[in-house]
This record gives sequence, structure tokens and C-alpha cells, in this order.
Amino acid sequence: MNRPVEEWASLVPMEDDAPTAFLDVRDLRIHFPTDDGLVKSVDGLSFTLERGRTLGIVGESGSGKSVTSLGILGLHKGQHARISGQVWLDGEELVGASPEHVRRLRGKKMAMIFQDPLSAMHPFYKVGDQIVEAYRVHNEVSKKQARKHAIDMLGRVGIPQPSERVDDYPHQFSGGMRQRAMIAMALSCDPELLIADEPTTALDVTVQAQILDLVRELQSEFNSAVMVITHDLGVVAELADDILVMYAGKAVEQGSARELFTAAEHPYTWGLLSSMPRLDRDRQDRLVPIAGSPPSLINVPEGCAFHPRCRFCELSAPRSLTEVPVMTETSPGHRVACHLEPAERRRLWAEEVQPLL
Amino acid sequence: MTISDVSPRPADAGAPRPPLLEVTGLTKHFPITRGVLRRQIGAVKAVDGIDFTVAAGETLGLVGESGCGKTTTGRMLTRLEEPTGGRIVFDGRDITHLSVARMRPLRRDVQMVFQDPYSSLNPRHTVGTIVGAPYRLQSVKTEHGTKRAVQDLLERVGLSPEHYNRYPHEFSGGQRQRIGIARALALRPKLIVADEPVSALDVSIQAQVINLLEDLQDEFGLTYVVIAHDLSVVRHISDRVAVMYLGHIVEIGPRQAVYEKPQHPYTSALLSAVPVPDVTRRDNRERIRLQGDPPSPIDPPPACPFHTRCWKAQEVCRTVTPPLVEFAPGQRAACHFPENAPDGPYEPGTDSIVAPAS
Repeated sequence: MNRPVEEWASLVPMEDDAPTAFLDVRDLRIHFPTDDGLVKSVDGLSFTLERGRTLGIVGESGSGKSVTSLGILGLHKGQHARISGQVWLDGEELVGASPEHVRRLRGKKMAMIFQDPLSAMHPFYKVGDQIVEAYRVHNEVSKKQARKHAIDMLGRVGIPQPSERVDDYPHQFSGGMRQRAMIAMALSCDPELLIADEPTTALDVTVQAQILDLVRELQSEFNSAVMVITHDLGVVAELADDILVMYAGKAVEQGSARELFTAAEHPYTWGLLSSMPRLDRDRQDRLVPIAGSPPSLINVPEGCAFHPRCRFCELSAPRSLTEVPVMTETSPGHRVACHLEPAERRRLWAEEVQPLL
Repeated sequence: MTISDVSPRPADAGAPRPPLLEVTGLTKHFPITRGVLRRQIGAVKAVDGIDFTVAAGETLGLVGESGCGKTTTGRMLTRLEEPTGGRIVFDGRDITHLSVARMRPLRRDVQMVFQDPYSSLNPRHTVGTIVGAPYRLQSVKTEHGTKRAVQDLLERVGLSPEHYNRYPHEFSGGQRQRIGIARALALRPKLIVADEPVSALDVSIQAQVINLLEDLQDEFGLTYVVIAHDLSVVRHISDRVAVMYLGHIVEIGPRQAVYEKPQHPYTSALLSAVPVPDVTRRDNRERIRLQGDPPSPIDPPPACPFHTRCWKAQEVCRTVTPPLVEFAPGQRAACHFPENAPDGPYEPGTDSIVAPAS
């Protein structure tokens, strides 16, 4: 991108280590003050993402996945959120940038596919007009050209008879088609960063498979960076190159997809892997759930936030009860935030966790 | 209240069990009306003639895409929806068209667990009121009073008795689903229809609730009809599985047979579309990709409902409705070109194989 560096950019204090990655999130914190206390939705999250790569962010509801993605897009501005940290997108810092500037990046440089296409699209406007609007904001083209582009995009994402369906309203589309139209809208300006928040949760398996194929195809075509946010480990395994596991607003494990599915090291990741019934394995008699429920983000447990639910909490007591574990690298590219000794973790995985998967 | 009359769940799944629920030709058409006279101009054929039985103590899983009629089926079984046609026989009684008043005593035996734990509990009632409601409505006297009974139930489903005076908003999704299960269990029903009992829950909580449902089944000898779209969940909890498509059952059979040797192409397609959490198999999986969406149930395709999306479809599929034929012991499918039955239909009683129907 050769967008001219604008005046405000020079006012942002530059870090010594200039980011080299396409997307570089550093110590992002998003807190919401409420009557009940401060909700720490995202609390010190760092990760990087290159173009052409797919990052899967996994976690339970309330772990801060969606808040992170909205934070990157700058959609918390003007609300009561307290945001700190840095988000570097292609050499520009976004947290300190003016809302107006971020608004201009949105749609063109970064775009989002929302979870529920029925509520993300405006019911009063035709599907085509909504795509045309997004396209014309960022490109100086005539209405006619924009409409042609919208029809092209709808055809690309697999909507039958796009030249007729472009004049339909969202309610005239089925769930899968609406999600396709959302994707067409998000891709209409060839974004370099695409964030997909639970892109297939509302869809049936057969349609889900079609949408996952589509995201994969379009990514290889546009070489965009893709962030997939989901709670479904199956979806992540299909799409992601790298995986970030979040718990209570923090990253607890990060590594390549292969590494996380074959040699996970955090007890929470183990819990996620073993609690889901799997079609590719023999049927187990019992599922192994994670005990308890996710913590409140107002009173996050002391020490390791996962310790009240952790099966192996005693092995690292009393540190796990008092000290917040930091992300440390255990093997190249694989980082874990856990007090257990790395050797001990690998032994537990090999002896107690993996055999039951 | 005693539970001694509840027979324990038979351990041998293969032995023939008396059917608790028998459904024949069950149909539900929702009329589409137009104009001031509300003239009927068509019908949404949500459920279009399905047959199945559920034996006492077993779990039948109903799977299918949204709009295939699985929820409508569940609502007809509990008589929340009036069937348009067909028969539902529960425990030897025809309950298809019983009046509300005559249905009431039967509600002790048939209960439902709903999908959304947020909207299925009254936010203005305490947990005690919600779970105790069945006792009041049915005027059931309990040995130590309703409060004690409710607290026992709460404990049984993994909540604590102190939760009696709390309101639903104070609970997480998984806990709310437990409250819904406690309410369904209050009267010691024989049959529980669970409509997507875990789809609103996180994976870790999902496993807790699935384990709870299984424990309760063993303890109280419950029979379940579980409606879900998640095929791995259905495989985990069902003894038998019915696959629905556009208001029809296209395949029904024992869990293992349906998942390992599916007969209907739609079942194969559904199974191959499930994302598998195994990165190593990402690139070398054989996949069947269905094109498009299911057709509208207002104007379903003639003959085989699946022929518009089926890669095996031939002329006969467009003209002749395939009957549900037994291709393996207990496994029936409605298809002219079954996937895993090279020798044609299975003849019960003999081991000889008959020639494929022409």
C-alpha cells in the first residue's frame, strides 16, 4: 500500500522495533467499565499475522475473541471501551489513529465477515445496493460499474443468477446465501486483512463446507491475511495455519495448527480437544468435559485464570494460584502460558491426554 | 414420589424391546394463506409422512439440515403442534389428536428440553418456581414437600440446592440448560424429547450436559428422542439415528451402521461435510460437496426429494418415489441407488440375498 503517510502518523510514538509482520498486535487491552466493575475482555494479547496466512482464534464465549476482532477494526471507538496497546497493520498503528482514518481503512484494507448475516445486513436495502455502497466509498466508479462489480462478486461467491439476485432483499436469501453475500460484500474491495467471526456457526454442515471452501479459494486468489474466530476446533483444523487459544481475555497457547493438534501443551487446550465428540475416532463411552464454567471477566481468578478448572492445578501449586503465567516459547513458534514444567506437560500429554482423544 | 416403577435400562441393545413410541405416516403441513378471506394457496410440507418407532430405554437421534422438519417432528411428539395426518402411539395409546385436557395426564410421561436456555425459562420466576411448576400443574404430592423435591432435582443435575431462590439470569448457559433438564425430569417422565439440547453451549460445557443426559438415562431408564444438527453429538448419544431431508426420513438405523456404512447418498454427504479436527487429514480427505441449498418445502421436488442435489440421480429418481427399504439388519433407507448395499435389500429372517428390485 502506498497510501501517503498522513500528518497524525508522525505524532504516534514509534517503537524501536518497527513491526515487520503485516498485522502485529502488541499487548492489546480492551476494558469496559460497567456498574458492576471493570470487564477485562482482552487483557494483554499479542500476536502477528502475515499475508497469505490464516490465523484461527479459538476459545469459549466470553474469552475475548470477538472483542479482539472488533478492536482491530476500531469498532470500539466512541464507546466506553478503554483500549491500550498497539495494533500495527501494514506499518500503521491503529489504536492511536483517528477514528476517521480507521474508518477509511475499514472495508478497503480490512474487512469483516460477521457471524449472523441476517442482523449484519440492512433489511431495508437490496443486497446489491449494500455491496455497491461499500464499493463506491472506496473506489471512484459510476453506479453502473459498481453494480457490475457487485454482480461479479455475487457470482464469484457462488450465488446462482447473480444478475437477478442482486436486486433481492436479504430476507429473500437463504442462510447460506446470505453468508455468501456477506462474504461478497467483505471482499468487494479486495481487503488485505479479512476477519471472519464465527463465519459458519449459523449454517448447516453442508453449507459450512461450501463456505469454508470459498474462504480458502478466495484467500489463495487475493493472498489476504485471514483471521478466523471460532469455537469449533473442526473449522480451525480445516482452515488455519496457526492457532491462538484464548481464555479469559488472554492467550494461553499459540502455535502452528499441526503442533496444536498433535502436541498441545496447555491443559485448557487439552480440555477443548477432549471434550468434543469426534467423528474421526471410535466412539468413546464418556466425554471428558472441562469442569466448571468460564470465569467472570470482572473477577478473573487470581494467578492462572484457568486454575479453578484445571485438572493438573495441584502439580504447579502454589504458583498457579498466585502468579499469572506468561507466554513462553517451548519449541520454535509454539508458545504456552502455563506453570507446569515443559517436560511434565509433554509427559501428561503423551500419557494422560492424547491416548483418550 | 418413588421411582421403583421405572424399569432399568436393558443392557443388551440388540434384544428386541417393546416400542414406547410408534409413529406412522406423521405429517404436518402449515397452510399458506393469502387475501382477506385467508384462502389457502399452498402449504409448507414441513413433515411429509414419516414412520419410526422408539423402544423403551433407547435414544433415537434425529439429524438433518435446518428446515428438514426435525423440530416440527419433536413438537408433534410432545403435542405442542397438532399433526395434519398420521398416528402417534405412545405407550399403547393413540395420542395423535387428544384434547388438551386429555393430554394433560400424559404430560407426566412426555417432557421436552428446549434448545435455547435463555428463552425457555421465565426470567421473572425463581428456579424453585420453574422446576416446581410441573408438581403444581399436575397436583403431585411429594413426600417431603415440593421444595425438597426441587432441591433434590437440582442436586441431581449438578446444581446446588441453594440455587432454589435464584433467578435464571444469574446462571450461565450450561447451568440454565441444567435447570431446563431438571424441570423436564421433575415428574419422572418416560420419554424426553430434547430439541438441540447442547447446540447453544460451549464445547467444554456441551460435554458436561451430554454426560449428564446419559447418566440420567441410566439412572431413571429414560427414553430420548434427541434432535440435533451436530452429527458428532448425535453419534455420541444415540442408539439409533434417523436422517431427515425435506420432511422425509431418508435413512434410519443403528448408530454404527448409519455412520460407518451409510446407505443414502445424503447421509454420506452430511458425514463427509463435517469438519474433522485433524490437521494431518486436511488435504487427503475424500469429500462430497453438495451444491446449493435444500429445495423449498412449499414445492418439494417430485419422487425422491434429494434428486435435485444428488450426484447419483437418474431418471427413475425423478419419477418413482423410493420406499424405505431395509438394506442391512435394522437399517432402512429410501434410495434407488444405495451406497453400501451391492447385493440389494436385506431379507430379514434368512441370510440369503434377494435380487435388487427392478
